[in-house]
Amino acid sequence: MRRKTYIILLGIIILAFLAGNFAYPKYIKSIFPNFWDVDFKLGLDLQGGTHLLYQADLSNIDKDNYSTAMEGLRDIIERRVNMFGVAEPIVQTQELGDQYRLVVELAGVKDPAQAIKMIGETPFLEFREQKDEAETQAILDKQAEIEGLDFEAMQSVENWELAFQDPYFKPTSLTGEYLEKAEIVFNQQTGSPLIGIQFNDEGSKLFEEITTNNVGKLLAIYIDGVAISTPVVNEAIAGGSAQITGDFTVDEAKELARNLNAGALPVPIELISQQTVGPTLGKVSLEESLKAGIIGLFLVILFLIIFYRVPGLLASFSLVIYVFVILSLFKLIPVTLTLAGIGGFILSIGMAVDANILIFSRMKEELKKDQSFSVSLEEGFRRSWPSIRDGNITTLIVALILFGLGTSFIKGFAFTLSIGILVSMFSAIFITRNLLRLFINTKLEEVKWLW
Amino acid sequence: MVMVIRFNKYRRIYFALTGLLIIGSIVVLLGYGLKPGIDFTGGTIMELEYVDERPTNEIILSGIEEFDLGDVVIQQTGEKGVILRMKDITEDVHQQILDKLEGAEDMEMEGGMIVGIIKTEINETRFESIGPVIGNELKSKTKMVILFALLSMIIYIALAFRRVQRPLKSWQYGIASVLALFHDILIPLGVFAVLGKFYGVEVSIPIITALLAVLGYSINNTVVVFDRIRENLLRRGEDFEELVDISLTETLSRQINTSLTTLFVAGAIFFFGGETLKYFALALLLGIGAGTYSSIFLAGPILVAWYKIRKRY
Repeated sequence: MRRKTYIILLGIIILAFLAGNFAYPKYIKSIFPNFWDVDFKLGLDLQGGTHLLYQADLSNIDKDNYSTAMEGLRDIIERRVNMFGVAEPIVQTQELGDQYRLVVELAGVKDPAQAIKMIGETPFLEFREQKDEAETQAILDKQAEIEGLDFEAMQSVENWELAFQDPYFKPTSLTGEYLEKAEIVFNQQTGSPLIGIQFNDEGSKLFEEITTNNVGKLLAIYIDGVAISTPVVNEAIAGGSAQITGDFTVDEAKELARNLNAGALPVPIELISQQTVGPTLGKVSLEESLKAGIIGLFLVILFLIIFYRVPGLLASFSLVIYVFVILSLFKLIPVTLTLAGIGGFILSIGMAVDANILIFSRMKEELKKDQSFSVSLEEGFRRSWPSIRDGNITTLIVALILFGLGTSFIKGFAFTLSIGILVSMFSAIFITRNLLRLFINTKLEEVKWLW
Repeated sequence: MVMVIRFNKYRRIYFALTGLLIIGSIVVLLGYGLKPGIDFTGGTIMELEYVDERPTNEIILSGIEEFDLGDVVIQQTGEKGVILRMKDITEDVHQQILDKLEGAEDMEMEGGMIVGIIKTEINETRFESIGPVIGNELKSKTKMVILFALLSMIIYIALAFRRVQRPLKSWQYGIASVLALFHDILIPLGVFAVLGKFYGVEVSIPIITALLAVLGYSINNTVVVFDRIRENLLRRGEDFEELVDISLTETLSRQINTSLTTLFVAGAIFFFGGETLKYFALALLLGIGAGTYSSIFLAGPILVAWYKIRKRY
C-alpha cells in the first residue's frame, strides 16, 4: 500500500512538473532552451481581429448546384483572404435551413475595413466584340441627337435608350469565369508589363470561335466595365492563351493578375454581421481575465487552507496541478481561448474544489465519530462519491447542451467548463487522495486540529 | 451528538420571504421586461477611444445625426472612451461615421478667425454590427437551449430520485427541486429586469450562458441535500422533519463552502475580469447565491411542508 502510494506520488510530481513547465515554459526555457514550447491559441476577442458573416444570394443558382456554388465561393474568398498575410485565416461555409452563409475570421488583421473591401471586390473580366458599323453609327447619331437635352426632354426622343449603349462593342459569352490563370509577363521588346491569360478548355473554344468571327476587327478586353485594351485580331487563336496589353505599371499589372486569378465571385454576397476587436482591447481583455483568474485561484487556496488546514493545503496542491494540466491541455488539443472560455475555466477553478469540500466534510464527520484516520479518509472518499458524481453530471449535461446548440461564445464557455469538470474529478479525487494517504500512520495523523 | 439546526421550524418565514422575492421578480419581469442585447435584436456597438480629449456626447451625436441610425445611445467608458449603440449598419455607413467623427469637429479660432481645423484622432477598439436576421436566429436558438437544459434537468431529477419512495413519492422530491430551480433563475432575471430598466443593462448571450450554468450547479446543491436525506432515511427512524433538519445541518458546511469558492472566482471575474465578463459574473453571483439559499432554506422545507399536509389529510 505504502509503496504503491509512493510510486503514484512520484507520477503526480512528474506530471505536475511537466504540465507546469509546459503551461508556463519561461523558467525552464532559461535552462533548457529547447524545451517543448507551444503557444496558446487565442480567439479573435483576445488577440484582436475581425469576424465576418456573409449571406450568399443563391437565387440565380439551381438548387442542385448550391453546394458547388458555395464551395466555389469559399475557394475564391479563401484565395483573396490569403493575400492579407493573416496567420491562419478561417473561411467556412454555413448552412442553416435554406440560408447559405460564409464565415470569415481574420485574426490580428490590421485594417479590417480594407479587408472587407478586398473580400467584396469582384474584378469582372469580359471580352467584347465590335458592333456592326451601322449599329455603331445609329448609337452615335442618337447620342448627338440627345446631347444638351435635360433628362425629361431626352425621354421624349424616340429610342433614347439607345444613346446609352456602348457604341462600339457588344458583350460576348467569354468572361473571367473561363479563366484558368493569369500572370504578369513582360513585352520582350519594350519591357513593359503585360498580363498573360490562359483559358480553360471551354474558354479556349469560345475564344477560338470569337477570334475566328472577328479576324481583322477589334476585340476589347474589359475589366469591371472599363476597356483595358482593344487589340486587333489578326487571326483565329486556338489553344486559349491571350495577352492583355495596357497602360499598366508593374504593380498595377501584378494586382490585376492577382485579382483575375482570385476570380469573380460565383454568387453575390452581403455582409450581415461583423465583429471586430482591436488588438489593444484584446490584450486588455486577456490581461484582465488572467488577473481575475489568478485572484480567484488565490482566494480559493486561502479559503481552503484556513478552513481545512492540512487537507486544504493538499487540495490546493491538487488545484494548482489541475490548473497546470488544464492549461497544458489547452495548448495540446489546441483549444482556441476566448474570453468566454477563460470565464468557463475560472469558474471551473471554483467548482473543481467542490469534490474536495464534499470529501473533507465527510472526513471531518467520520473523524468526529472517533474513527481512525485511515478509515475516515477512505470512508470520506467512498461516501461522498455519489454526490460528486451526480453533481458533476448535472453540470456536464448542461455544458453539453450548451455546446451542442450554442453560438461561439457559449461553445467556448461550455468546452472549457467540460474539460475542467473532467480533469477536476481526476485532480480532486485521485491526486488529493494519494497525497492524503501519505499521512496514514504518521505522527501528524494524531494532531487532531490539523484535520 | 452534534447540534442540529432546526431549519424547518421557521419554514413559514422562508416561504413568505421567498414568495415575496419571486412575486417581486415576476412583477418587474412583466412590468419592465428584460432588455435584450444586440445579440438578439440586431444592432451595432461601436467602442471608440479618443487619443486626445473626448468630446461631449452632444458633439458626437450632432456629428452623426445625418445618418439614419435609429436611437443612438452613447456611454462614456474609462477616461477617453465612448461606446455607441445604434441599429445595425452597413460597412459603408460604418466607415462614413468614422470619417465624420475623425473629421472637422472643432474649428481652431484665433481672434475670431478660423485658422485651421482640428482633426480628432480616434482608435476604434471594437465594432460589432449584427443584422436582425442573425439576432432572430440566435433568439430562437437560445430558446431551444434553455428548453433543452430545463427538460434534461427535470429528466435527471426524475432519474436521480426514482429510488426514494418514502415518506414522499419520488416525483414529489422532483417537484421540490424544480421549484427551487425556478426560484434560482427567477431572482437573477428579476434583478436584470431592474438593471435593464434603470441602468440600461442588456441581457446578452454571456448572461444567458451564466444562468444556464447556474441551472446545472443549483440542481447539484439540491441533489446533495436530497441525497443526504435519502441516506439518513435508510439508517434512522426519526420524525421526517427532524431527519430533514439533521440532513441540512450535516450538509450545511459543504453547501456554504462550495458556494463560497465559486462565489470567490465569480467575484474575482466581476471585479477584475473586465467589462465584457462583468455581467456574466454578476449573473453567476446572483444565480449561485439564490441556488445556495434555495438548497438550504427551500428544497428541504418544501418537502417537510408537503409531508405534513399529506399527513393531515
